[in-house]
Amino acid sequence: MDAFTTPLLAGTATGALLLIAALGLALTFGQMGVINMAHGEFLMAGAYTTFLTQQVVTNTDLSILVALPAAFVVAGSLGLLLEVSIISWMYRRPLDTLLVTVGVSLLLQQLAKDIFGAQGDPVQTPGWLDGNIDVFGYHWPYRQMFTILLAIAALVGLGLLLKYTAYGRQIRATVQNRDLAETMGVSTRTVDRVTFFVGSGLAGVGGVAVSLISGTNPNLGTTYIISAFLVVVAGGLGQLKGTVIAAFAVGIVTAFFTDWFNSSMAQVFTFALVVIFLQLRPQGLFTVRTRGLA
Amino acid sequence: MNNLLQTGQRLGRTWGPLLGIAIVAIALLVVAPAVLSPFRLNNLGKYVCWAIAGVGIGLAWGRGGMLVMGQGVFFGLGGYAMAMHLKLEAAMATGGPDAIPDFMVLYGDGTMPGWWEPFRSGPFTLFAILVLPAIAATILGFAIFKRRVKGAYFAILTQALAVAFATLLVATIKQTGGFNGLNQFTQFFGYNLYDPVNKRMIYSIAAVLLIVCLVVVWQLYRSRFGELLVATRDAEERVRFLGHDPANIKLVAFVVAAVMASIGGAMFAPITGIISPSDVDATASIFLIAGVALGGRSLLLGPAIGALAVGFGRTFLSESFPDQWTYFLGLLFIVVILFFPSGLGSSWSQLTSRLRTKEVAR
Repeated sequence: MDAFTTPLLAGTATGALLLIAALGLALTFGQMGVINMAHGEFLMAGAYTTFLTQQVVTNTDLSILVALPAAFVVAGSLGLLLEVSIISWMYRRPLDTLLVTVGVSLLLQQLAKDIFGAQGDPVQTPGWLDGNIDVFGYHWPYRQMFTILLAIAALVGLGLLLKYTAYGRQIRATVQNRDLAETMGVSTRTVDRVTFFVGSGLAGVGGVAVSLISGTNPNLGTTYIISAFLVVVAGGLGQLKGTVIAAFAVGIVTAFFTDWFNSSMAQVFTFALVVIFLQLRPQGLFTVRTRGLA
Repeated sequence: MNNLLQTGQRLGRTWGPLLGIAIVAIALLVVAPAVLSPFRLNNLGKYVCWAIAGVGIGLAWGRGGMLVMGQGVFFGLGGYAMAMHLKLEAAMATGGPDAIPDFMVLYGDGTMPGWWEPFRSGPFTLFAILVLPAIAATILGFAIFKRRVKGAYFAILTQALAVAFATLLVATIKQTGGFNGLNQFTQFFGYNLYDPVNKRMIYSIAAVLLIVCLVVVWQLYRSRFGELLVATRDAEERVRFLGHDPANIKLVAFVVAAVMASIGGAMFAPITGIISPSDVDATASIFLIAGVALGGRSLLLGPAIGALAVGFGRTFLSESFPDQWTYFLGLLFIVVILFFPSGLGSSWSQLTSRLRTKEVAR
């Protein structure tokens, strides 16, 4: 039982983390065709925000609760800055955004190294997250459960935003048909900025969860960005449910492979599985059907 | 008179590229060895290896529209194949025909994995350098292109491949030297690697290989295949409707690019004396792209010259400002892609063509 529950539960937590990271990616990729390689660094920004919050709010029980909105705003603002300063100039050539944001990602990593040092800093776990619960012989840390709850909260929040608010309607309209949405009076440029802010902010929230598990680190973003992109690719664009299923699938499958072999073989196998999966469904799990040639 | 001008232009279009290649050849094979110190020449040799990989990226990305973000994998296949042979040569020179590399005794149990065995043979190694990446690229490319996975999806997949490859190398310390990679080679196909004359010879081989790759690509661009490749890049659906299979066209470009990257990697190992996961991982792959983007991805000479320039810039900046190199690389991407999307080389021709149009308008 142990050999089954351990990877399952740990993998679910990893999947939840991937989900938070991939939600923002799927949003910006699906809506604008922008591939933001600096998204991982927004995760890093969230982690460092947690670290900094703990320097100010020394009560660790409280500091995490302060860090969550702070990380959302910090990472979101970084995303907004990126959108306004660079990405808004290159909407006509989405594939090139990939390379530009690679440059941004390198800059941010080096910046973090210079400001905080190459070593990374530990983040204190608050008392109410310190501990674990016994599930079929696996001591499931509260931190992992917290990550999963955070992912669910992010998902529900995003779902409500998309479904019930005016901005959400405009976002969905822009995703489905940008020109038509514009004709109907939707300011797609504003919508793009809101999407970028929210998507990047979510990465910041993910960063808080990451920092609880592994502390801060200038290279933190690179560890997650590729897996998060694989999730987006496998999940398909335009619908959240594909991203959700793919995130947990990738997280759990990787955890099982790690358990059976080792973490590096797990990466290789997961990659191979995604390529094989794309043979079956080249557009990912779910996709918005269009009549255009894809 | 007008006729003469047109003939001149036609000749220029046909033979101009060859003239450019000739200039590069003279610069690399005649001028550089004459003026550079052995140390600088060896550095140049390293850039030449990146340039060889860059020529392939130019073919796949510039002409084929496939953003290959994992060329480090193929660079690494060639590099490690060569390095394994050099490592075995070094071991056999001191310990007899059954000797095994030192690190396997150090980290492993003193036995050599079976798949190392054939790399004792020089001809097999050369064969593997060309065929291994071709096979790997064919399998991957076939799987990806036949299912019409393209654009960003393709780029992400290739980068994921580079990440997985590097992780695998780091984890297999007993088989591939792990994080340290393979180093401390003593000879290159029987030639002593510490002899400056031999080092110069290896540099020349790399430079000649770069010229050969340029000529190959030049001929590819002139051929029907080259036209089809550009057509596929610009309007894949139309090419399909005309009865061609874009997957096959892309596959050929991808495989050729992979083999070129492998050749570059194979020369990289003896020139730098080391190949390690950090030479082939995702960051290294992105670095390879930087030169191509700078020089002009769809030009003939742009990728090679860009790669040489970025290589030189990396050495220069790392020597002068050790910590700032990453900033420069990041800024390079942002500035080049934002302001010179088709590279500095293309900006020049765009500028001149704009001037020419103005003249005509006048």
